[in-house]
Amino acid sequence: MMQHLNAGRLVTMAAAGLALMGGVALADPDPTAELVIEGELHLTTRAPSNPAITPNLPTLYSGWLFRDPTTREMQMDDFENPGLLAVEAGAAAWATPEGTGGQSCADCHGDPESMEGLRAVLPRVNEHGQLWSMENYINNCRTERMGAEALGWNSREMREMTALISFQSRGMPVNVAIDGPAAPFWEQGREMYYTRFGQLEMSCATCHEESAGQYIRSDHLSQGQINGFPTYRLKDQAIVGIHGRFVGCIRDTRAETFRAGSDEFRALELYVASRGNGLSVEGVSVRH
Amino acid sequence: MTDVRPRIRLPRSASAGDSITVKTLISHDMESGQRRNSNGDIIPRQIVNRFTCEYAGVLVIDMELHGAISANPYIEFEAVVPASGDFVFTWYDDNGEVYTATESFTVS
Repeated sequence: MMQHLNAGRLVTMAAAGLALMGGVALADPDPTAELVIEGELHLTTRAPSNPAITPNLPTLYSGWLFRDPTTREMQMDDFENPGLLAVEAGAAAWATPEGTGGQSCADCHGDPESMEGLRAVLPRVNEHGQLWSMENYINNCRTERMGAEALGWNSREMREMTALISFQSRGMPVNVAIDGPAAPFWEQGREMYYTRFGQLEMSCATCHEESAGQYIRSDHLSQGQINGFPTYRLKDQAIVGIHGRFVGCIRDTRAETFRAGSDEFRALELYVASRGNGLSVEGVSVRH
Repeated sequence: MTDVRPRIRLPRSASAGDSITVKTLISHDMESGQRRNSNGDIIPRQIVNRFTCEYAGVLVIDMELHGAISANPYIEFEAVVPASGDFVFTWYDDNGEVYTATESFTVS
């Protein structure tokens, strides 16, 4: 029985709901909400779960569905979406020459539209067998081809550039490869996902698989998908990147967290991205 | 401090005398003056403290903004457009800088 629940009744209903459904109790997100950008672009926020990747999730849901109606609305309007400001800043940086070569991204890559499709397939294994996230590709270009300094993984400039590049894949289905050379990294990520960390001994699955749809304090737990990243978090009033979020999550378990850009987080990123295969890349989403 | 960039959105068309919705957004950190840096020192306040809009030389709105307003302030309001003209938007920063944007608007 899925009435439209309000937060006040959610706490008492969630326990009963979870027991009844015997799995992920998806309370509160409006089951009819559709993510349509500017009245034109329909994004897929619900997708079938692949039993080989997410056997414990009956359906995949984008984090968008778990947010308040006003937050959801902000993402549907490209003017009101503050993440688009970061995309613009990234576009300005794209066209700015940097480094000893005196070249900009545009000099080799043309328009940012040439990056279409990239967000949807990253992270992936490069020709040297390394698992690379978007940030690795960006810094590799900068240091090896532009003669410029690498950007800090979580720096504002890096987040603006990943926002620009991710935006080019908006609407495309997430489709990261988990077989072949990616398989060992994916296994590593999967193991991390189910490992309990910290004083609080919580794993990613504790919140995002077992408790998706429930509340932890005042946070409405989503499935922890990253199809919307980099995201504009209202809490931070800034773009938040994938590894930045991982750092926050593990720190919240009161653990010594892995570094942004570390091998561990890149493997985890691959695994978590694959859990969203089929959902639309949301470009820059808006979250609480 | 992030680069300060204004954005404006106006409806595509309107008739003379209509009331139109004007949307504005400006990228600005709106540092409240309440936060501390990693050394424990207060990060000084630096916000947009005033926003005005004029249309065809007539003042439409004059807003005072204070420290509780979030970063990247989004301001939306209604303006009556008696005839074609220019919208001039002005944001005033605590540090004395002034940011402006202009958009012409044609009534049918």
